Amino acid sequence: MKKSLLMSLLLATTLVACSNNAVKEKPAAPVVDNSKSTQVTQPAAPAIKEEAAANPAPAQPEIAVNPLKDPNNILSKRSIYFDFDKDEVKAEFRPLVEAHAKYLTANPNAKVILQGNADNRGSREYNLSLGQRRSVAVKKAVNVLGVQDKQIETISYGEEKAKSCKDETCYQQDRRVDIVYENE
Amino acid sequence: MFKNRLFLIFLLLLPLISHAELTVEVVGGAAQQIPIAIVPFSAQTQAEPAQQDNLSNVIGADLRLSGLFRVLETRGVTNHPHLLSEVKYSDWLGIQTQALTIGTVESLPGNRLKISFRLIDVLKQNQLLAMEFNISASQQRATAHRIADMIYEKLIGEKGVFATRITYVNKENGRYSLQVADADGFNPQTVVSSKEPLISPSWSPDGTKLAYVSFEKKKPVVFVQSLVSGQRIVLANFKGNNSAPCWSPDGTKLAIVLTYSANSQIFVINADGTGLKQISFSNGIDTEPEWSPDGSTIYFTSNRGGGPQIYRMPAIGGEAKRVTFEGAYNVSPHLSPDGKLLTFIKQGPNGFKVAVQDLTSGQVQTLSDTTEDESPSFAPNGRMILYATSIGGRGTLAAASVDGRVKQRLRDTGGDVREPAWGSWLN
Repeated sequence: MKKSLLMSLLLATTLVACSNNAVKEKPAAPVVDNSKSTQVTQPAAPAIKEEAAANPAPAQPEIAVNPLKDPNNILSKRSIYFDFDKDEVKAEFRPLVEAHAKYLTANPNAKVILQGNADNRGSREYNLSLGQRRSVAVKKAVNVLGVQDKQIETISYGEEKAKSCKDETCYQQDRRVDIVYENE
Repeated sequence: MFKNRLFLIFLLLLPLISHAELTVEVVGGAAQQIPIAIVPFSAQTQAEPAQQDNLSNVIGADLRLSGLFRVLETRGVTNHPHLLSEVKYSDWLGIQTQALTIGTVESLPGNRLKISFRLIDVLKQNQLLAMEFNISASQQRATAHRIADMIYEKLIGEKGVFATRITYVNKENGRYSLQVADADGFNPQTVVSSKEPLISPSWSPDGTKLAYVSFEKKKPVVFVQSLVSGQRIVLANFKGNNSAPCWSPDGTKLAIVLTYSANSQIFVINADGTGLKQISFSNGIDTEPEWSPDGSTIYFTSNRGGGPQIYRMPAIGGEAKRVTFEGAYNVSPHLSPDGKLLTFIKQGPNGFKVAVQDLTSGQVQTLSDTTEDESPSFAPNGRMILYATSIGGRGTLAAASVDGRVKQRLRDTGGDVREPAWGSWLN
C-alpha cells in the first residue's frame, strides 16, 4: 500500500515535470483513445492517485495537472462497456462513473456529452436506440450521484461509428458509452 | 454567376462521382422457370449503343433477376428474326424455348428511336404481344425495363417491377451518398451526400420524395427531400435523436422516432413538420415504425419485453400486441403491399437473416443464407424482398423471392452499400 502511494507520487511528479511538453503535443493525445485499457477491470486504487495528482509535489506547485487528462487519474478513462443488447452499467465501471459524477458535482459548470454506441450487428435503427439507451443509463447513474441534468447531453451514434468487426473481442469494444467533456 | 459556373462543373463531374453501379448475379433458381429466347434487336443504323444499354441484354437481365425465367442463349441459332414473318419456329423449338422476343430499333431524326417488339408463343406459334415506342435515345434502358415488365405480366400473370426504382446508401472513400437507381441497380443518381452517416431512407407513396436520417448536424436529424426539385426540409430536429421515418400510405404524415433525453419513442408528424404527436409510451425502446398498407396499424420494434421483438398498435396510438415470438431478436419490420406478410431480420444461431412471417397463420420462414442481413423491404408486387448483406466484409444488396427459392446478389463495383428500400410503382 505504502509502495503504491510512493509510486503514484513519483509518477505524478514525473507527469508534472513533463506537462509543459505535453501541452504542445495536444493533438497527438486524443482523450477517447484510452479506451483500450479500460477493457480490463479497474482496481479500486485510483482514488489515491487522484489526490496525489490534485496536490502535486511541492517541487513545482505552480503547475496544475488537469485531472481529466492525467493518465494516472481514473477521470482520464472515458469509456463504459456493455454486453450485447444490454444497457446495464456493469459493476466494474462503478468507480469510473462515480469519479466522473464527483468531478461534475465539484465543477457545476463542467458539461459532458454521453455518446452511446453499439456493435454493427442487427438493425441500424435499433442500434441507434440501443446506443441512446446506454447513454441514458450512464446519465441516470450520474444523476443519482447528484449531477444536474443541464450538465449532461445524451446522444447516440448507434452502429455508425463501429469498426468492421468479425469477432466478440472486437464487437465488445464498440458496445460503449464515451464520456466527452465540453470543449475537448 | 460564379456559383452557376461551379454548379455546372459539379454537374460535369456527376457521372464520375456516381460510377459505382451494381451488377446482378443470380445465385439460385426456381424449380419451374419459363424458358425464353430474346433475339438481339435489329442493329441501329447509328453508332452501336453501349453494351449495358443494349435492349435485349437489359430485358434478359431483368427477367433473369425475377428468378422466374431461364433466358436461353440465341447465338447457336443462325437465322435471327426481327419481324414476325422472319420467324422459323423449328429453330426455336430446337432450343426448347417456350417464348421468343424479337424486335427492331430504328433511328429517327432529333436523336429519337422507334422501338418495336413482339412476344411470341413458340409452342402455339402465335403472337402474344406487339408494341411500338417512339422515345428519345436516353430512354432506351427505361424502355427495356418496360418491355420486360410487359413480358413478365403476360407470362406470369401479374405486374412486373423492372421499371421501378430502389434507394440505398453508398459509402465510398469516407463519404456517404444516398442514391436512387433503377431496380436492377443501374443508372444511380446521387440524391444527397455527406461525410457523416446517412441512414433509413423511406419512399413517399407517390415516389417523388425521400425521407431519411442524416448525421450532418453531428446527431441524427430527419430530412424530407424532393426527387423532382432536389429541395429538402428538416422534418424533425428535436432535442436528442430524430430517426426512423416512415410515410403513411396516404402520404400526408410520417411516423418518426424521437428520444428527447430518454428512450426512443414513436411519434406521428405531418409531412410539412407540423402537428407532432406521441403515439407510443413505454419504458423501453420503441423504434422502426412501419405503417400497414390500409393505414390503420403501425408495426414497430420494441424491447419492452426484454429483447427486441415486433409489435403492432393502432396508428392513432393504443394498446400494443406482440407479433413475433420465434427467437430472441427480431427487428426491422416491413409489410408486403397486400399487408399479409411481414418481413424482418431474425437473429438465429447462425447470424442475422431475412425472415418472412405469414400474419394470418403466424408461420415463419427464414429466406437468406447470409449472416449479416439488414433492412429488408418488399418489391411493389410483393414477389421479392430487397435487403442489405455483407459479403467479404463489404455491404452489398441482395434480393430473394418471397418463397426463398431464388436469391440473387446485386453486386456493386466499389462502394459499401447499405440501407436499401424498394420504391413503389410510378404512375
